[in-house]
Amino acid sequence: MLEYLLAFLIIAGGAFTFIGSLGLARLRDFYSRLHGPTKATTLGVGCVLIASAVYFSRGEAASFHEILITLFLFITAPVSAHLMAKAALHLKLASLAERPEPRERD
Amino acid sequence: MIQRLLPHPLLTPILALVWMLLANEFSAGHAVLGLVLGWAIPVFTLRFWPEPTRIHRPLTLLRFIVVVLFDILIANLAVAKLIVSRPRRLQPAFVEIPLAVRSDLAISLLANTISLTPGTVSAELSPERDRLLVHALHVTDTEALVATIKSRYEAPLKEVFEE
Repeated sequence: MLEYLLAFLIIAGGAFTFIGSLGLARLRDFYSRLHGPTKATTLGVGCVLIASAVYFSRGEAASFHEILITLFLFITAPVSAHLMAKAALHLKLASLAERPEPRERD
Repeated sequence: MIQRLLPHPLLTPILALVWMLLANEFSAGHAVLGLVLGWAIPVFTLRFWPEPTRIHRPLTLLRFIVVVLFDILIANLAVAKLIVSRPRRLQPAFVEIPLAVRSDLAISLLANTISLTPGTVSAELSPERDRLLVHALHVTDTEALVATIKSRYEAPLKEVFEE
């Protein structure tokens, strides 16, 4: 029974990760493509990690590394997306959305 | 004095816990080592993070975390559906959100939350730190989006970290 649940989680995880990557190919501007890796992939990796944590916790000592991976992923993924968006704005990359007026900086 | 010796009292147990998770072992020895690290790291990194952090309402924070995790699930499904079904008809937009939170930690947490949830990525913080520029993947009603973000994410963060 548990095997089926784990198999389902891994397949779902793979599917979401795939859709996230598919976004890179199908979306049309840089800013939209940023959404793929920060979101669709989070759930994909989440599913795989839950499956991994449950699988390796059977029998012997529980496995907690997956919790840490999730934590670090949640901290780092948005930061890298933010920095890439900031760099793209700075370089004035073409965008489908109307770009906001650049502000004066000191 | 206590401020200098223990600048971030909350960070110490968190770092100790992370250490024990990294070691994948919950023993007394690792607990002591984790606590020593949890004490030393905040002391030596104090100059990067000078302002003290206080959590005013732990329950609100807990509820906020549950809401965000749930929203991440929904966001993933929504974005996956948008990518698969109709990438040509998306209406991306930049939206500016006026910020009510002021502290570094609250702003960073809000920006991170926005990036993790429904079709939005935080793109830039204004130099005056009072507006956050957000890129939305598909938006029809900008005002509704701003209102949602302010009430759903910003209000609890303000309650927890500032008040």
